[in-house]
Amino acid sequence: MIDRRPDPDALLGQVQAEEAGRGRGMLKVFFGYAAGVGKTYAMLEAARRAAAAGREVVVGYVEPHGRPETQALLEGLETIPPRPVEYRGVTLQEFDVDAALARRPELILVDELAHSNAEGSRHAKRWQDVEELLGAGIHVWTTLNVQHLDSLNDVIGGVTGVTVRETIPDRVFERADDLELVDVTPEELIERLRAGKVYLPEQAERALAGFFQKSNLVALREFSLRQAARRVQSDVEAARRRRSASEPWATADRLLVCIGPSPSTARVIRTAKRMAQALDAPWTAAAVERIDMAADPVVQARMADHHRLAERLGAEVVTLSGQEVAPTLIDYARSRNVTKILVGKTERPRWRRLLFGSIVDELIERSGDIDVYVVRGEGDPARSPRPRPPAAPADWRPYLKGAAIVAAGTAAAALVDRIGLHSANVAMVFLAAVALVAAVCGRTPSILASVVAVLMFDIGFVPPRYTFAVADTEYLVTFGVMLAIALLISTLTARLRAQVEGGRLRERRITALYELGKQLSSISGAAFLAAAAARKVAELTNGEVAVYLGEPGGVPEVAFGRGSAVAAHPVSEPTARWVMEHDQMAGSGTDTLPNAVALFVPLTASQQTVGALAVKAEPNEGLLEPDQKRLLEACAGQLALAIERDRMSLAASEALVQAQAEQVRNTLLSGVSHDLRTPLAAIAGASTGLLQNDAFDEPIRRQLLETIADEAGRLNRLLENILQMSKLEMGGATARMQWNILEEVVGSALVRTRHELGDRRVEVSIPADLPLLLVDGLLLEQLFVNLLENASRYTPPQAVVSISARPEAGWVIVDVADDGPGLSPGSEERIFEKFHRGDSHADAGRGSGLGLAICRAVAKIHGGEITAANRPDGGVRFTLRLPLSQDPPHVETETSGD
Amino acid sequence: MPEGSHLILIVDDEPPIRRFLRASLAAAGYRVVEAESGVSGVKLAARQPPDLVILDLGLPDIDGQEVLVRLREWLAAPILILSARDQEAQKVRALDEGADDYLTKPFGVSELLARIRTAMRHSRPGRTESPVLSIGDLRVDLSARRVLVGEERIALTPIEYKLLVTLMKHSGKVLTHRFLLREVWGPHASQETHYLRVFVAGLRRKLGDDPARSRYIATEQGVGYRFAAE
Repeated sequence: MIDRRPDPDALLGQVQAEEAGRGRGMLKVFFGYAAGVGKTYAMLEAARRAAAAGREVVVGYVEPHGRPETQALLEGLETIPPRPVEYRGVTLQEFDVDAALARRPELILVDELAHSNAEGSRHAKRWQDVEELLGAGIHVWTTLNVQHLDSLNDVIGGVTGVTVRETIPDRVFERADDLELVDVTPEELIERLRAGKVYLPEQAERALAGFFQKSNLVALREFSLRQAARRVQSDVEAARRRRSASEPWATADRLLVCIGPSPSTARVIRTAKRMAQALDAPWTAAAVERIDMAADPVVQARMADHHRLAERLGAEVVTLSGQEVAPTLIDYARSRNVTKILVGKTERPRWRRLLFGSIVDELIERSGDIDVYVVRGEGDPARSPRPRPPAAPADWRPYLKGAAIVAAGTAAAALVDRIGLHSANVAMVFLAAVALVAAVCGRTPSILASVVAVLMFDIGFVPPRYTFAVADTEYLVTFGVMLAIALLISTLTARLRAQVEGGRLRERRITALYELGKQLSSISGAAFLAAAAARKVAELTNGEVAVYLGEPGGVPEVAFGRGSAVAAHPVSEPTARWVMEHDQMAGSGTDTLPNAVALFVPLTASQQTVGALAVKAEPNEGLLEPDQKRLLEACAGQLALAIERDRMSLAASEALVQAQAEQVRNTLLSGVSHDLRTPLAAIAGASTGLLQNDAFDEPIRRQLLETIADEAGRLNRLLENILQMSKLEMGGATARMQWNILEEVVGSALVRTRHELGDRRVEVSIPADLPLLLVDGLLLEQLFVNLLENASRYTPPQAVVSISARPEAGWVIVDVADDGPGLSPGSEERIFEKFHRGDSHADAGRGSGLGLAICRAVAKIHGGEITAANRPDGGVRFTLRLPLSQDPPHVETETSGD
Repeated sequence: MPEGSHLILIVDDEPPIRRFLRASLAAAGYRVVEAESGVSGVKLAARQPPDLVILDLGLPDIDGQEVLVRLREWLAAPILILSARDQEAQKVRALDEGADDYLTKPFGVSELLARIRTAMRHSRPGRTESPVLSIGDLRVDLSARRVLVGEERIALTPIEYKLLVTLMKHSGKVLTHRFLLREVWGPHASQETHYLRVFVAGLRRKLGDDPARSRYIATEQGVGYRFAAE
């Protein structure tokens, strides 16, 4: 029985493709094998038909090439005017991607997908413009020639002898939703060329002699037909997969290609790509980073190039680390169920392979059931390696040191010889000297040292002395051993040094990341987080750093490095915005907005991109090397998460404040409604009673009328308290601070509470020389009124209320005390809360519940505080502390005259 | 002339307040006319000049301050302002614009009648200046520049004396800080309010006035001072 389950991977891929396709524009490619086959013509014809069918078609950009037929087809179609770009004194016409995005048609035509934009454009390549259009949900039709496909680039170069520099990543082509092959026979194309339909006559001649040779055209056509056929096949495959894949299984192949520092790797990577495509298999590019490799910048640069190439061609790129290449690769391959490994042919000389073995041999030996393909590698002329950094000036110090050591060794040997020891011991002394040089001074000095040592030994200590002649061939062995040891030790030392160096570098980065993480976790506030991370990155890259932060869709703002060259550059802000929108690196050294002054790394947090980290280093390309890039991404990631955490905690605390405010409002509302209703009920009851009952005798009438008057007063107080409270809660902005005399404020408060205090005795003791206080007289009066009302409410009618003040070390302390029943223990703080009422007295329900809360708010506005405590001898004491001003004004009073 | 024949104009847009004022004033023997807006109030006053105006500052059509200014252009009769407690700045402005006194809502009838009486007394035409001012056991002999509390003579500085006389001459009426500063220190005085506070404090001490049970000088917090009426 055959299992007809669909492959889950295939299904997942299909789901992802459909998800990615939703909301995205559709890309249709008019595909041909050379200029002149009629791609643009075919596209325009199709566009006219679409327009006639009612679709909204806009011409984004069409290369005119001065062909009249093409020109004629353009007529009647809406065209976005090209954007003029000044470049080295020439005005170039470029596709205006912003105008297209602003116009937002249903379908847009953009000719020549592989075109490279002029310097100063947003993207380096037109296909990136197209990607952006697609991302915005606009359908795009475009044209492309086969030789511009990245993976075919070198093969076609090899066949035709013409290398095309404008290439597009294969994935762009593969993700096209529709492909239309535009094909004519080579003969017909040559005919067209001759007839001047493609190029101007003299250009046509040159073309016919070069690229347009018939053999080339035949080969190119074959490539294009093959691509189209493969495409058709994969469409069929996709359709089959959708129909629940009853037929053959998707191949379960998985490819692994080894990336090495050798220049030939580029070709191996391209071969792997083609093979993966042919097999419809996923492929992985793996680099093994040996610990001692880190030090060489040329190797690093090449590895980085290969990384990028593999990434561009759609590989999953991994970096493995291990001591030995082959076992590491095989282990990884097994863990990922790789079926085929591709590796470049070794270029090492035969003797080295025989002596040390080769990675290829080892791979084959260990591969077991995995197929190993050995591919011929070749230098990649299209991508010249980065120029080597200028060689460091020769350092003579190791040589001098080596010479000194050998000289010392010779002297010691002479001593050993003098005391008559065997010449073997003399050789040992020299050997020791050579070993020391090898360990201390490096390879070349040690080789020189071994030669010199052997010569010295020969001349000075081997008979016949003081000649080069050697009596005994034994000494040749001595020489050989010495040389071998020198080489061995110096090689081992060099490797050890490189390992230590590499380890140190790695450790430095890990330490830096750890420190950054620690710092970020202890800081809050986006600006501070940005500053901490930026300083760290600046230290690590030796560059200038700016941090942009913003909300998605908003304009990013400079959170750090406002005065830096990065922030000052006009392209920086748009780049930061682009990076945030697309969550991809951009700027200097990349293909997107390469004229920016810095490299912009997105700050990608778990839920959104919170900003961009801009780094300007010399040279900026160095930042894109895998190690640096990973470090930057790690730093950016840490910062992004920290900022997200910060924003979340901010949002959480805001929500908490909101909830508390809500609760306060609810308490206030319930308190207010209760307190308003009680006096209203009393007034309504008493007045209706009076109106309806004429039979009330005089004492009862009077009682009812008094109730009305009292309750009205109570309502009034409550209302005033509520107003006062809400004003105070708005902040101290409404306070009018003036120089006041405490005695006067207390006096007016006493006058206002005369009625409530009734027969209670009030004792006031305020020193006459108390300095003026800078306070809001009305608010402070209200404070005392509330305290006095409170006292009259909770004390018996014969109680004594005392008010006293005294200055004390920059403060004035005012006590308002009574000899009433005091507070119930533990309520000393609670009484200052809104709508808390003292419950120690039968009349407890009579307050507004706001009086003491107002007192506290007033004290706070004046920079002071108010507390309450029971007095030891009964009653309660409220203590108000107000700050004394440093320089109260002095008022000159005249001497008494009469 | 009997008190009852005085004509009082009420300018207030709230019917309950007008009703209560009308009833209370009529019971006290005054004649009353009412206007429910600022414009009609000014018109009414022009047609039938009142002996006193009770003006609410919060009116629906034009600002009460504006009504006050328009009335003061030609009307000499006292104007009483009605306002809320938390509007001290408004009160001060009204007083400086020529209002004679204010009442803070809510107020009682006795307080209202007392204020009306004070205001009427100060505006009574043909009142001759008495050479001796006296309130309670405080007596000031203007011709001799002598101040007595009971039998005891009080020594005052020139400014204190001037302050006391100014307050006593307007006894029962609230005087704003600015008014007092101008009256006592002269029209171009630049002294600030706390000068006044310090001198009032000194004066109270010399008069033996208890801040808790003030007999003579009452503080109108945020507005000014008022000397006891009787």
